[in-house]
Amino acid sequence: MKIDRRSFLALGIGAAAGTAFTPLPWKLTDDLSIWTQNWPWTPVPEDGDAYYDHSVCTLCPGGCGILVRKINDRIVKIEGMPSHPVNRGGICALGISGPQLLYGPDRVIAPMKRSGARGEGKWTTLSWDDAIAEVLDRLKKLEADNKTEHLACICDTDRGTVPQLFKRMLSLFGSPNFMTTPSMYDSYEAVLKKMHGRKDTLDIGFDFENTDFILSFGSGVIEGWGSPVRMIMANSAWKTKKAKQIQIEQRLSNTAASSNGLFAVKPGTEADLALGLACVIMEEELYDKAFTGAYSTGFPEFRNMVTKNYNPDVVAEKTGIERHLIIELARHFASAGTSSLAICGRGKGQTAGSMMEFMAVHSLNALVGKINTPGGVWSVEHPDYIPWAKEMNVRAAIAGKKRIDEAGSPVYPDSLSLLNRLPSKILESKESPIEMLFVSNANPAYTLAGTDKVIEALGKIPFIVSFSSYMDETADQADLILPNHIYLERYQDVPVRGGLARPVIGLTRPVVEPQYDTMHSGDVVLKLAKGLGGQVGEGFPWDDYKDCLEKTMADRWKELEETGFWTDEAYQPKPWAGAFGGTYGKFAFSDTILPLPDLEGDVKDYPLILIPKESMRISSSHIGDTPFTVKTVPDTELKGKTLVIEINPRTGKEQGLADGKDAVLKTPLGQVRVKVSFFEGIMPGLMAMPKGLGHTAYGKYLKGKGASYNALVGPMEDPVSGQDISWGIRARISRV
Amino acid sequence: MKKESSHEPGRKYGMVIDLDKCTGCGSCMVACMAENNVSFKEDESNKLDSITWMRVYRLTNNKPFPETEIRYLPRPCMHCGGKGDLGHSPCVSVCPATATDYDHKTGIVSQIYTRCFGCRYCMAACPYHARYFNWWDPIWPADLKKSLSPNVSPRMRGVVEKCSFCFHRYQLAMERAYNEDRRELEEAEYQTACTQACPAGAIVFGDLNNPDHAVHTLKDHPNAFRLLERLGTNPKVYYISDREWVRRSGDNYLNNEKTNTKPAVQEHHS
Repeated sequence: MKIDRRSFLALGIGAAAGTAFTPLPWKLTDDLSIWTQNWPWTPVPEDGDAYYDHSVCTLCPGGCGILVRKINDRIVKIEGMPSHPVNRGGICALGISGPQLLYGPDRVIAPMKRSGARGEGKWTTLSWDDAIAEVLDRLKKLEADNKTEHLACICDTDRGTVPQLFKRMLSLFGSPNFMTTPSMYDSYEAVLKKMHGRKDTLDIGFDFENTDFILSFGSGVIEGWGSPVRMIMANSAWKTKKAKQIQIEQRLSNTAASSNGLFAVKPGTEADLALGLACVIMEEELYDKAFTGAYSTGFPEFRNMVTKNYNPDVVAEKTGIERHLIIELARHFASAGTSSLAICGRGKGQTAGSMMEFMAVHSLNALVGKINTPGGVWSVEHPDYIPWAKEMNVRAAIAGKKRIDEAGSPVYPDSLSLLNRLPSKILESKESPIEMLFVSNANPAYTLAGTDKVIEALGKIPFIVSFSSYMDETADQADLILPNHIYLERYQDVPVRGGLARPVIGLTRPVVEPQYDTMHSGDVVLKLAKGLGGQVGEGFPWDDYKDCLEKTMADRWKELEETGFWTDEAYQPKPWAGAFGGTYGKFAFSDTILPLPDLEGDVKDYPLILIPKESMRISSSHIGDTPFTVKTVPDTELKGKTLVIEINPRTGKEQGLADGKDAVLKTPLGQVRVKVSFFEGIMPGLMAMPKGLGHTAYGKYLKGKGASYNALVGPMEDPVSGQDISWGIRARISRV
Repeated sequence: MKKESSHEPGRKYGMVIDLDKCTGCGSCMVACMAENNVSFKEDESNKLDSITWMRVYRLTNNKPFPETEIRYLPRPCMHCGGKGDLGHSPCVSVCPATATDYDHKTGIVSQIYTRCFGCRYCMAACPYHARYFNWWDPIWPADLKKSLSPNVSPRMRGVVEKCSFCFHRYQLAMERAYNEDRRELEEAEYQTACTQACPAGAIVFGDLNNPDHAVHTLKDHPNAFRLLERLGTNPKVYYISDREWVRRSGDNYLNNEKTNTKPAVQEHHS
């Protein structure tokens, strides 16, 4: 058959008409839409009884109360507890995503023993009995070799029964090397010791709810500093009552953006500004004479030193802030309404700060008489509810033994723990002075500055036991993982150290049964102690952890179990007479200023400065982020797997960069490929990188995304406290 | 789209968000994801396909340092009522499957996943980018399926989803009210998950028509504005900021044009 134009068209039209009349295409479209939607594996969540159970969150030092929504035995949601004194119903993004930590893919689901090289990720599971027996064997060997101080332990804090059980076991075993993760609270505690002269450890507290003027030296007031939810609520209250907040910082953080004024001092001159303000306050006689006169020592010397070295002209030159602005700020601070307070601890306060800065800022508060007064800075007494933490025989067991980090030694008398000094101490020695390391609720292989050195040091320790619930960087370097229940599966007391203006103890409760083959770390310690026997075994007279907790909490237990928290509602700080210790029972001003170390890196090779950028949306602590929180990270911080660096457009152009394009960022410690984001809200000459990304452990939702700040920045030791006070590093950036 | 007859008084749920209080912390985003079984995938950095019923945008005034300012703007679905609140929302008007509809009892724009066949007309019509398409099957790894709430159906590949003002919470609250022989809800009885979670108290939710609810007065605040008001979408989400540059960024203004000082009242002309 010959196909001509006519028959071709007829055929075409016929086919089109035919198709239109057959039900086939419609049926296919219908099927297709059903096929694309009705996958049998789209889950149908099981329904059941819905109810709420209460507990507290342990994911940061904030200590918020939580309500856990359950369907039968499943946790489907975590909400804030409206009746809790810390968060009053509010809750942060990480806190809400707790169920993803509970049921998520990053958990260690059974005790595991390393079967490959360190960090290779090869593990074999073993029984709890075998795992504990192995640790005991090694402990007994240390004991037999008379090397008990070669055991060390790292916890997130020394507060509460679980860290104290670890510490007690170490002490009775004969090791003083109990260390904690550094934070700004270390600096504040040292300040309280030095300036308040008290031997007992005090907590720093801030009466933010009753203050009218907040002067923040780089603190991320609404970005995770202190108790984060409480701070955000306080910030809203300040807006309502028109309180003023002034931020001293080099970039427009969310805190700076929300403040009433940004003082962009030259990086590293925060303490100079504080002393400059002190100078104006003293020269203009704006200080509280009742306080400085009768309740302080060393004031004349402090005054001489400050007026000599920190007059507004000198400070203007140093900080880059105009003289008249310094004077105005000082006047405002000294005369604001009924109360004003100054705070420090950079970003979230996850690192310590220089004693010069902390003491200068605390002196400002003292000058205006805002110590232990309404709306001021308080020294808050501990509830002191763990009597067995102070027993003399425990102290005697380690008498005469030296700590490896030299905390508490005559060199660093005011520091309790200097974990930052551990890596270099290990690397300095031929054989590691630590033969066995316990790590509980901490991830030093990620959170300490100078990651490469930290991992190298860990590599020299013959045996590392991780108590982590998650497969984090430190667990990755361990020989044995003894996974703890996560906070939703266990009992634990949570004394809050978040700058609260009163003591609060929370109780985390097992709102669900343990989901995997894990064990409470408190119980593991008890088993180890009993296995060791002798003096150690006798020091642990409890049946199990819960027995220990109940007996320790004594009268408070019932209240804790019922409401989830204990607090002293009517707490008031001690009045000036009686608040201070030392020889004279007075607040001690200090005129000693030791020069701060310079930022690491040569200016010629590294013309820019890299600083961290901290946010409520990225955890940056020993807790890794969840799929939900990673989802909230903006594409100006993470694009694909590439980290995005924030840089001022002017500086960016000078360096030959283009917005959104790739570049290589280099510091004396390493280099990384990044993308560039031009942002006006950062001081020229600086670059900011989000802190909390670049994990080398955890699962695919977190691992390998972005770059780690701590891998690019080294530690910087404070001459007074020995703490790591690193806040940045010199860096350069070039296009690729 | 005829107006449904109803014996009940017309509720009109809406939000007023104080942008000067918002800290950009992201609680609302995660509270929403957890409440509504929102899925997640390995890479969420391509924000065009990242499903976030509630998304927080960063606004900046683009002035050089240190005069730069930023504000965060949380953006749920605006639950547009269209002119005169007759339900002519941009998305409802274009849906060929009646998968999205305007509820005249509450003013809430619904999304019925099983009806949606994924044509995405609604996404094209929505001026607020509040709608998201499921390009892939959702995956809950390890035991994460245990964290799913039975109150909201997980979505399948090939459908569009968006903020529902936590409509299931409204249904639960109404159920309780009916059991107690009530027809009215107290303000606190029905609150969205984002409102409840916000630590800053920046989000206020309630019935815009009910004088006893805080939103009723807040929406008339002299610094209140809505997004792209002049499109006539009549959104039910209001924002407040004392910064004029923030209010201006809520719409497309000509350089010499004055910023709206009061929210435009949408009259029905037909």
